[in-house]
Amino acid sequence: MTDTTTERAVAIELRDIVKRFPGVVANDGVNVTVRAGSIHAIIGENGAGKSTLMKTLYGAHRPDEGKVIVNGAEQHFRSPRDAIAVGIGMVFQHFQLADNFTVWENIVLGDEPGTPWNLRRGIAIRQLRDLGKRYGLEVDPNAFVGDLGVGQKQRVEILKVLYRGARIIILDEPTAVLVPQEVEELFASLRELTTSGATAIFISHKLDEVLRFADAITVIRAGKTVGEVPDPSQVDARRLAEMMVGSELPSPETRESTVTTDVALEVAGLTVNAEGGGRALLDDISFTIHRGEVVGIAGVEGNGQTELVQAMLGLIDATTDKIELFGDDITNSSTRERRAGGLGYIPEDRQRDGMVLPFPLWENAVLGHQSHEPFGDGRWIDKAASVERTELIVKNFDVRTPSVFVPALTLSGGNQQKLIVGREMTTDPKVLVAAHPTRGIDVGAQAAIWDVIKDARAAGLGVLLISADLEELIGLSDTLHVMYRGRLVATLDPSDITPQVLGSYMTGAGAPE
Amino acid sequence: MILRVLGKIGPNALAPLIAGAVAIVVSSIALLLSGHSPTEAFGTMWRVLDSTESLVLILNRGAWYYVAGVAVAIGFKMGLFNIGADGQYRLGALFAAYFGAKADLPAVLHVPYIVAIAVLVGAAWAAIPGILKVTRGVNEVISTIMLNFVAIGLTAWLLNTYFRTTGGSLTAETRTIPASGRIPSLNSVVEALGFNFGRGVVLQGYVVVAMLVGVGYYILLFRSRYGFELRVSGVNPSAARASGVNPKRMILVTIMLSGAVAGLIGMGPLLSDAQYYRYGDQFPLTLGLAGLSLALLGRNNPVGIALAAIVWAAIERGTQPLSIIGIPQEIGVILQGSFLLSAVIVFEVFSRRAQEQAIRDAAARAAPHTIGAPA
Repeated sequence: MTDTTTERAVAIELRDIVKRFPGVVANDGVNVTVRAGSIHAIIGENGAGKSTLMKTLYGAHRPDEGKVIVNGAEQHFRSPRDAIAVGIGMVFQHFQLADNFTVWENIVLGDEPGTPWNLRRGIAIRQLRDLGKRYGLEVDPNAFVGDLGVGQKQRVEILKVLYRGARIIILDEPTAVLVPQEVEELFASLRELTTSGATAIFISHKLDEVLRFADAITVIRAGKTVGEVPDPSQVDARRLAEMMVGSELPSPETRESTVTTDVALEVAGLTVNAEGGGRALLDDISFTIHRGEVVGIAGVEGNGQTELVQAMLGLIDATTDKIELFGDDITNSSTRERRAGGLGYIPEDRQRDGMVLPFPLWENAVLGHQSHEPFGDGRWIDKAASVERTELIVKNFDVRTPSVFVPALTLSGGNQQKLIVGREMTTDPKVLVAAHPTRGIDVGAQAAIWDVIKDARAAGLGVLLISADLEELIGLSDTLHVMYRGRLVATLDPSDITPQVLGSYMTGAGAPE
Repeated sequence: MILRVLGKIGPNALAPLIAGAVAIVVSSIALLLSGHSPTEAFGTMWRVLDSTESLVLILNRGAWYYVAGVAVAIGFKMGLFNIGADGQYRLGALFAAYFGAKADLPAVLHVPYIVAIAVLVGAAWAAIPGILKVTRGVNEVISTIMLNFVAIGLTAWLLNTYFRTTGGSLTAETRTIPASGRIPSLNSVVEALGFNFGRGVVLQGYVVVAMLVGVGYYILLFRSRYGFELRVSGVNPSAARASGVNPKRMILVTIMLSGAVAGLIGMGPLLSDAQYYRYGDQFPLTLGLAGLSLALLGRNNPVGIALAAIVWAAIERGTQPLSIIGIPQEIGVILQGSFLLSAVIVFEVFSRRAQEQAIRDAAARAAPHTIGAPA
């Protein structure tokens, strides 16, 4: 296999790519060689410059220095249109699909067959079926995208670039949203594609899947290529990790149990009905969190985790037998009462639910705590005390910012998240509801947030942890519940479970044989 | 390139200048097309404006406009479009005029009594679209516009049937507010300071009311918890909910507050302008509509709305004598409209650039060594 790979023609060569942004050098001499017909992985920490590099490759921006050579010819892309013209297509991590359009409509959008007066639906659907069959990417062309699962939506995204004639496909962290079984399917499709002569480049920081599926690996650190691995069988995960981080990897694992017998939060019979009937979004959920305990909820996204968080915060209507926070009945309390009562909240979408981006940091530190000290007395906001508290958060939680008066939108995702975590933790919550607390942030910030949660847990905090990162879930949780179609279907002991076994529960299959 | 250089000088000072230039060009073209001389028109306007009397009149009228602008801006701040300020102050003014003229109270109580009626009626009328929105999801733009028409009919009927004076007047109007119910003029204060406006020029006491409204608006917006939640709700309703804001309550409180301030608009003519002191045919009725333009032009900012109100009043004052020299006075509307439109566009362009610049600056300052794409 090694021999055939190296003999293949070079599909893409990126030579000494330099891309500067004011104040930052995102790419500082990156070299990548991708052979035609291979699956090529580009790995590196968040912020290492992978996304910047891929944007260069599909024409979203132009490099300041260096050459982009596609199939032997140097290219100067002015826009993604130029890149697609030579057969390079991009599949984004965040799907760019219209939910209320059907699959085929989404795929042809912007590149419709027929004339402006006559949209050739039949041709489009036939082409899609052909593509789907050939590469194992079958999706019902007439289904509405909003009804599809995450894995299916991703197929639509891949079909979209294939439909536009891409022969070199870039995938930005394609497995971030998939369960292990879907990951297998994805790479089986990519293998079909590459066997037919196409080339796939994927960005990842999951070393196991890189080692399993990639034909070649390029490691990027701090904007530079630090390693080229033409044959992944020659390296192991440890070696790759060292190349990526340049030092030892942080681990989410907690050391010893701090679980007490004091009940911090008790939920009984929580049910959320779907609008307009149908299967309940949450069906009779009951669980208990003790002081010093992290209770993890595992599940494929869309199985009720979002609704669980919203119901805990009182953001959606639920019929509940009982929710007790340290013995206080908060079943019918408003969101404000729950938060004032000691329910901390790290939302899954920090920019949508956790921040007001144009507002300065100090006002973002007030958000959610505007009714109580030190931020105010319920009627007025105490600016001086709020600013002082924000400065404390910035210092203690290592939020990198020139001042607390700059708008939150100037911070990187990791720093925004550290601000939110700092805000919630400095108000001494009794129970923390943390939804994907380290999603999309760099390894350094991730490790810092893990440490904060671990320390607070040791100090007696109860945590409800929802995460798609199975290692994070297994590493941090004291108890794991698996959520499937709105129900808690299994309770597992995280100390003797692997991501593969957990993944099997998450698909509703139960314990693997 | 030009925009970049100008953007650095300061968008807040510059945008109105650019907008003003555009407005003058547009209205000059309109004048030329209709066969009039722009230089003559603008020359006349300038001569009219360049006087103490004009200054006082602009302040008087600007104060009315300012309160209208703030009333609308309160709603705008959370993305709530209260188009109904007209109806709210019309009803508020009618009730205040009727009950205010009937009451026999000392001045210290009489003025607050009348103002309280206007504010309460304005808030109550605004509560209708608020309740419709939170209970039935009715869009407030539609309901407030419709309620404006209801208010026209309602005020006409109330005035004719119950509230009109039985005195000798031929037209329907309320009784005149007695002196104890009026807001005293500021002339005595100005004279005490050693100035003299000349005969017949009155600086209305309502200017002080407008200033207080502005200060109150600022404090509410930037110092109170309600104001904080109002601003959060306007920019990111989802985050507001997660932070504990009850969106329905917020909508209801905000539209009623907007209506309460709208109720104050009518107090300018009713209590502070010797031309009126009563509610009748002549009572100015579309100040609330101007409030929409002024909130937009002033970007909902307490100071911005004040500047916008002064510009608005100045254009109105300046174009008044144009009809005497045969130029249609409507050129003022063209000036206002083109000024508003270009100001909104220029502000938007500038603020986007400023935001991009802020991101780059912060990235450069926060992480000189860190490598990675700025988010």
